Amino acid sequence: MSGTVVAAANGAEPLLEVRNLRKSFSRASGPLSVAESHAGGLAAAVDGVSFTLARGETLGIVGESGCGKTTLARLLLRLIEPDSGEMRFRGQDWLGARGAELRTLRRRIQMVFQDSAASLDPRMRVGTIVGEPLAIHEPRLPRAGRLARAGAMLEAAGLGHEALFRYPHEFSGGQRQRIGIARALILHPELVVADEPVSALDVSVGAQILELLDRLRREFSLSLLLISHSLPVVAQLATRVAVMQRGRFVEMGAAEQVLQSPQHTYTRELLAAVPRIPAGDFSP
Amino acid sequence: MGTRLELRDLTVELPTPTGWVRPVDSVSFALGEGEALAVVGESGSGKTMLALALMGLLPPGARAAGDARLQDASANGNGPAGHAHITPAPSASLSDSPRHASGKNLLTASPAEMRALRGRRIAMIFQEPMTALNPMMRAGAQIAEAIRAHERGLAAEEVRRRVLRALERAAVPEPERRARQYPHELSGGLRQRVMIAMALAAGPGLLIADEPTTALDVTAQKQILDLLETLRRELRLSLLFITHDLGVAARVAERVGVMYAGRIVEEGAATDVFRRPAHPYTTGLLRAAPGLGRNKLESIPGTVPPLNALPPGCAFAPRCALHAAACDTAVPELISVREDDGHRARCILAGGKA
Ligand SMILES: Nc1ncnc2c1ncn2[C@@H]1O[C@H](COP(=O)(O)OP(=O)(O)O)[C@@H](O)[C@H]1O
Ligand code: SF4
Ligand SMILES: [Mg+2]
Repeated sequence: MSGTVVAAANGAEPLLEVRNLRKSFSRASGPLSVAESHAGGLAAAVDGVSFTLARGETLGIVGESGCGKTTLARLLLRLIEPDSGEMRFRGQDWLGARGAELRTLRRRIQMVFQDSAASLDPRMRVGTIVGEPLAIHEPRLPRAGRLARAGAMLEAAGLGHEALFRYPHEFSGGQRQRIGIARALILHPELVVADEPVSALDVSVGAQILELLDRLRREFSLSLLLISHSLPVVAQLATRVAVMQRGRFVEMGAAEQVLQSPQHTYTRELLAAVPRIPAGDFSP
Repeated sequence: MGTRLELRDLTVELPTPTGWVRPVDSVSFALGEGEALAVVGESGSGKTMLALALMGLLPPGARAAGDARLQDASANGNGPAGHAHITPAPSASLSDSPRHASGKNLLTASPAEMRALRGRRIAMIFQEPMTALNPMMRAGAQIAEAIRAHERGLAAEEVRRRVLRALERAAVPEPERRARQYPHELSGGLRQRVMIAMALAAGPGLLIADEPTTALDVTAQKQILDLLETLRRELRLSLLFITHDLGVAARVAERVGVMYAGRIVEEGAATDVFRRPAHPYTTGLLRAAPGLGRNKLESIPGTVPPLNALPPGCAFAPRCALHAAACDTAVPELISVREDDGHRARCILAGGKA
């Protein structure tokens, strides 16, 4: 599948267009799972990935840990640079962006992490954490204005205003994930990359977080890139799903189709590994 | 080998600045030899506290009450367990409990008695293997330590042989090489296997697994679940499996207990509980679980109540769509859902679902 760009569902100009993205790590410095599974000095963590993402769309990316999902996410945010490939964001050359252009584009793409607990500074109050991107990108906004916007965003994320003045450790895992989401959305990005946003959470809390992401996607007209090792989790929100194995997309299609009639052996393996709940009469 | 565990009214209390709270409240069940029981619940529901109480590893200041006994299958219920270091006579406070004629109450055992039981009769594995593994020690040396803790004076060569056998039993590939590696040099799945090898090294009959696959992805999870199933069969191991994931529970266990705010709110055969849940909380959990169909998301509103502010009656009441005034008068009893098939639920609406 590498090399071909699979068109997004609607014909409009895509928000993000990725072509043949490639990134290798030297064996010594690469993550263990990648290093172990590849012979030779260089291991390609992302090995020729191409896709497009429409405005307002949710694309799911599924694969085992070490398959390159997080490396891909970091490339999309330009936290690391690819060895080769192209990326266009809002029609602009995202990889070529420098200086002021880089800064304006950068605030339009935000990330939500798996372990929001680890990504939140424990000594900072939640209001400061959520408002921090504003302090960086809108330095002239006074502190009161920053707090007001942080409070509004926390409310949109399902937490009360009073959360502003508390510390991350006072919140449960699910609430901390809401804080992480509020922080990611405070600059009104157009694209949110959520890397395993629910895999550290209980199924029931995870369902609430997925609901929240989907609601915010609609409210703020976001595009969402939802990354997870669980195909059923991803398929709850995504319209299309890409299955990633050893740095490549081995299957991509409509979520229903990938779930109901997986084409690639690896997709079938992933699905077979999912523990099933016996069907019962509790379903609506 | 194989061990039976009988639990009656296990209650754990913890001191907090606002008074005592009860993370585990009157939990009772029996786990037969070679059987698997899954305890399902959200984090904070008390699952880990339940496990730690059985292991004698509660945090300082905590107190446990109730009755928890191990019984060797070989003893056939007719006498004390066959290990010399276990005090055969039941402690005085439990003499009025004839159902537990054998074994020592784990909840009143001394720290020394618990040290002798841990590893040898009852062992535990954790979600994060690094909780159990020492990052500064090679994997093999840690397993060797677990073996020597219960059998002093073994020849070095014999210990080495047993370490390799323990790793092989946990299906660790290239055991000789892995034994020489440090935990950080192993993948998540391998670390989990090393921890299992260590837990089983001294031949316990009961294994408590606390969310052992939660940090793993589905493929690594499947391998660990397959391994636990094999071990259960081959060693007649009894398994108490703790998870928040209903799919995992259904895969692992014949029987399930659903825990909410420290209490068992539904229990029974896994097929009954999953096919015909009788407690609205169980139904909510089942609806929130991502399935293989592309189902609409349906989460349970709200969160687990804090232990120092539990509702007076049913603890699930604030989140329950079927809540009525009668739910608030007293904590509902566990009542039989149908005839006597062991399927019970702690909900005033649970009866009459025949
Ligand atoms: N050391 C402690 N002191 C006070 N409360 C605690 C302590 N450890 C856990 N708790 C509380 O006990 C309850 C049960 O916790 P736990 O057994 O860890 O739940 P689970 O394993 O289901 O996630 C929670 O409300 C938790 O906040
Ligand atoms: S007792 Fe009442 S509040 Fe509790 S689960 Fe049953 S119906 Fe709901
Ligand atoms: Mg726990």
